[in-house]
Amino acid sequence: MQEISLNILDIAQNSIAANATLVTISVTEEQDRMRVTVEDDGKGMTKEQAESVEDPFYTTRTTRKVGLGVPFFKMAAEMTGGSFSVSSQPGAGTVVSAEFITSHIDCMPLGDINETILSLVTLNPEIDFVYRLTVNGKGFVMDTREFRRVLREVPLNAPEVAQFVREFLDENSREIRI
Amino acid sequence: MKSLAELQAIRDKVKGSVIIRKEDDSNIRVVVGMATCGIAAGARPVLNAFTEEVAKRNLHNVTVTQTGCIGICQYEPVVEVYVSGKEKVTYVKMTAEKVARVVADHLVNGNPVAEYTIGAYAK
Repeated sequence: MQEISLNILDIAQNSIAANATLVTISVTEEQDRMRVTVEDDGKGMTKEQAESVEDPFYTTRTTRKVGLGVPFFKMAAEMTGGSFSVSSQPGAGTVVSAEFITSHIDCMPLGDINETILSLVTLNPEIDFVYRLTVNGKGFVMDTREFRRVLREVPLNAPEVAQFVREFLDENSREIRI
Repeated sequence: MKSLAELQAIRDKVKGSVIIRKEDDSNIRVVVGMATCGIAAGARPVLNAFTEEVAKRNLHNVTVTQTGCIGICQYEPVVEVYVSGKEKVTYVKMTAEKVARVVADHLVNGNPVAEYTIGAYAK
């Protein structure tokens, strides 16, 4: 994984597998610190499971004996001198949180986070996503629930809607980085 | 600036032409592997290329969706194409550049691109 945004896409897959109906992704940059959280309202995990997910040899899938997504994300954050945590409540959901020190030479770039968000929204039109980007105090929020209220029966993965979401993300991101 | 008013206009334009797909519709499903192996190997740009190409060509009978680990991680990015009535076709080591040809030859004209399939690689 060469980009933080690819790790985010990967971790969000876990939320989807946990039957989440709402996944909230926040990226907050303040000077040389970047905090990334992926929060869901899926089925959650027990304290033992939440501790095990950081183990690369722990997985719930049957095709392979390793589960590398969470360990990779944790390593990526800790390599920069940052931190990582997973907290979860059975029946309530999970929060995966990572802090990166972006001035560290080993910090990978955030990468194309908009492509990650767009992929998540178009592949999972039944799930709601909230994406919050904040850079040194300036920020924006994308909330698919707002879009859904306007669209009603038109699905979020209709090509014209996907194009709108893509442009929405690009325009708003450009605004706050100026 | 993108606004909800613009989204409302899109809704009004699209709602008439959104075809409600039934289960037995002659439909094409493009399934992109999105497990850790797939994402690390480059599935996101492949997915992106598919959704853009399908949108560009207005292919309303094509659904692009995702799956987890298929079990052939060394061949990721993997894309499975399901055409109703036909056998599943498994494309391996996909790239965004290969997508246009798969959409044109296979999805539109019904001819799978043999050299991109797992059969061509697993010798």
